[in-house]
Amino acid sequence: MKRFWALLFLMVPVFGVLTFVVAPYFNHWFPKDISEHGRVIDQLFMFILWLTGIIFVATEGALCYFAWKYDSRTNPEPAKFSHGSHTLEVVWTILPAVTLLFIAIYQMNAWADAKMRRPNIPVTAEITGRQFNWDVRYPGPDGKLHSRDDIVRVDGDIHFPSGEEVLLIIKSADVLHSFFLPNLRMKQDVVPGMEQYMWFKARDTGRYDIVCAELCGWGHYKMKGRATFEPRSEFDAWLKEKIADQKTRTVPANETEEE
Amino acid sequence: MSTVTVDTHAHEHVEHAHTGSFLSTYVFSRDHKIIGIQFLFSTLLWFFIGGLLALGVRWQLAYPWAEMPILGKLLFSEYGGQIAPETYTMLFTMHATVMIFLVIIPILAGAFGNFLIPLMIGAEDMAFPTLNMMSYWFMWPAFLAFGASFFVEGGPGAGWTSYPPLSLTMTPQALWLIGLTSVGVASMMGSVNYLTTIIQMRAPGMSMFRLPMTIWAMFITAILQAFALPVLTAAGFMQLADLTLGTGFFLPEGWTANNAARASGGGQPLLWQHLFWFYSHPAVYIMILPAMGMVSDIIACFARKPLFGYKPMVYSIAGIAGLGFIVWGHHMFVSGMNPVLGMTFMVATMFIALPSAIKVFNWLGTIWGAKIQFTTPMLFAMSFVSMFIIGGLSGIFMAATPVDIFIHDTYFIVAHFHYVLFAGTAMAVFGAIYFWFPKMFGRMMNDNWGKLHFMLTFIFLNCVFYPMHILGVVGFPRRLADPYHYETFRHLLPLNQFITICAILMVGTQIIFIVNFFYSIFFGPPAGRNPWHANTLEWQAPSPPGHGNFDFQPVIYRGPYEYGSPEVDTDYYPQTQPPPQKDTPQSPSGH
Repeated sequence: MKRFWALLFLMVPVFGVLTFVVAPYFNHWFPKDISEHGRVIDQLFMFILWLTGIIFVATEGALCYFAWKYDSRTNPEPAKFSHGSHTLEVVWTILPAVTLLFIAIYQMNAWADAKMRRPNIPVTAEITGRQFNWDVRYPGPDGKLHSRDDIVRVDGDIHFPSGEEVLLIIKSADVLHSFFLPNLRMKQDVVPGMEQYMWFKARDTGRYDIVCAELCGWGHYKMKGRATFEPRSEFDAWLKEKIADQKTRTVPANETEEE
Repeated sequence: MSTVTVDTHAHEHVEHAHTGSFLSTYVFSRDHKIIGIQFLFSTLLWFFIGGLLALGVRWQLAYPWAEMPILGKLLFSEYGGQIAPETYTMLFTMHATVMIFLVIIPILAGAFGNFLIPLMIGAEDMAFPTLNMMSYWFMWPAFLAFGASFFVEGGPGAGWTSYPPLSLTMTPQALWLIGLTSVGVASMMGSVNYLTTIIQMRAPGMSMFRLPMTIWAMFITAILQAFALPVLTAAGFMQLADLTLGTGFFLPEGWTANNAARASGGGQPLLWQHLFWFYSHPAVYIMILPAMGMVSDIIACFARKPLFGYKPMVYSIAGIAGLGFIVWGHHMFVSGMNPVLGMTFMVATMFIALPSAIKVFNWLGTIWGAKIQFTTPMLFAMSFVSMFIIGGLSGIFMAATPVDIFIHDTYFIVAHFHYVLFAGTAMAVFGAIYFWFPKMFGRMMNDNWGKLHFMLTFIFLNCVFYPMHILGVVGFPRRLADPYHYETFRHLLPLNQFITICAILMVGTQIIFIVNFFYSIFFGPPAGRNPWHANTLEWQAPSPPGHGNFDFQPVIYRGPYEYGSPEVDTDYYPQTQPPPQKDTPQSPSGH
């Protein structure tokens, strides 16, 4: 059992790599991506995973090897009386610096696409987080938000057209929330007093979870919404149905006047 | 007393110690060693409490809404023995609060900083002993306020970050904020003291570049605390004013909650996040740099060879601290902060990985060609390096802003900071306790039980925290009382149950440590002055050192890491040992 500790440290890279290799086979991996831009985020994740994986195996490997080889009980040679190496310090400063700079520049475009290059299209819907629900307001036939023909839903059932760019205004009525669509790789905190935009293009249809990802009180866990992505025709039909549904009840004036 | 020599100084102090009552010697002591040990005992007690709070969180994640066996009836009887959602919120809020503000920060700076700084630089005490005593006693308002907040209806439930406006809807938050600000005052007093002591009171010959890494790390940490902490303390008072006086620093215009409108407003919730993280990001380094320093000392000692790249190690600590001031925004990539600013913070954050990488390479360089003695402290120190690699590399994922959009506030983040703070700092703290225990109490801890404690903790911590990366990749969010409410995460229950079982075993393993610790205080074999054959100054003092620390005037001849030097026959070469062939010590000036 002389090499026990070196072997124990070896378990770290072995199980570390193994975990990431087997996880996808047990469906413990990214949720299905239905967005256009999500691929870039997943690819960037995989790129960093490979890069850090290599550094991880190399450094943990060196640690185990040194623990194996330089054990005082088995290593007959005296310790090397060395205070360091200037060349090595320079090498292992420059190499990581260049790598990090590369990652920094490489990802900028994806970030700008996700958060900075807002498309110049009409707003599809306005989403408001409130304890503990996601409300949605669609512009009515006049195409304007906050007019009398708006369609307002407070049941957390939110529909989006797929196959086209969608622009949302997201805001909060009370405390911080975070509008998280795992299947679109989108997340944005909503802040009371601030209006923010979020945009994406779904390339698939289906019903997915809307998760609140910022602590918003005791009921944070149940602040669940459902996002339905459907072709434009079905989306329009759904909106029409909701307009008809809304006409049968009176919309309180203050609900539409609200800013 | 007109001619003050070293001896009469020591004599004076001995007399003081004799005349002091029990209260002034052991309770309201101004001796840095007693204060350090007071910090150690207080923080270890809170460490245990914080661990139990974490188990409460884990229980709910593995068996949501299930009745907790035995304890449930005792603690949560009004909810039929199950954890209510507001209780769950309080559990993770207080777990983080306790671990960060009452354990990690005070155990590093308060316990080890206090105990080690004067001993390692050859001073007889801190520069301001009374201020030092007050820095400990200012922790007590925090202990009491945080402790009391458990029993207030609802409990503090806004997370350890206390983000407004949510935090402003909760009354118990006032107690939480009082606790936070008094921890701030206590740390402030400590940091001023450490800076003065390290600058002014080094023994003759102890130049800055002969200081051990522990002291360098404590020094730079104290600078971080002195410059960043006032911001948090001020912000804490601002939030307290918002909560109790009706100001509106962090409230937008016309804000209402719980159907009650607030007259004040015109503030900004994001302002709190900026102020909070302006301190709390440097605080992340306050929670790791001293651990890095102590690990460097332990590794060099048991590698029996000099620390590889002493000066690059010092510069990289300074680099981490300097960059640490301009990266706080990476906690706010998706907060609503301007995305252009996010890009700036991303570049700075990428570069803070660099000094950390340099440190890892230098630790590996230190054990290359060594004669490693696998003692308990060495195992903990090596595991620090191994685990810090994981914690450091996973940081790159969240520094990459597009990836952070997805993994922000998921378990990937939880995995990352537990690898740095538990697998990193807490393991380093265990190593440091095993290493300096002989100096603190004059007795050795049991090495075999220590190794068993190490092995089980090491295995279980990886079983607990490593799978959390995978949870994060699935998008599993933090702070949800019932994540299985979402279909996306329903299949993650078995993995969470595995994590919880390992967490219970990991906390259980600490019983080995507790028994070893208390048994050894009374019955451990006597240690002698220098049981590890180490070079640094504290090992030349008696174990435990008396009042005034040294029974001789220490004079320093060399750096702290001359292990295996060809100049002497032994494989260690204490900093105080005069060089051979010289009968008169070099007269170092400046004291």
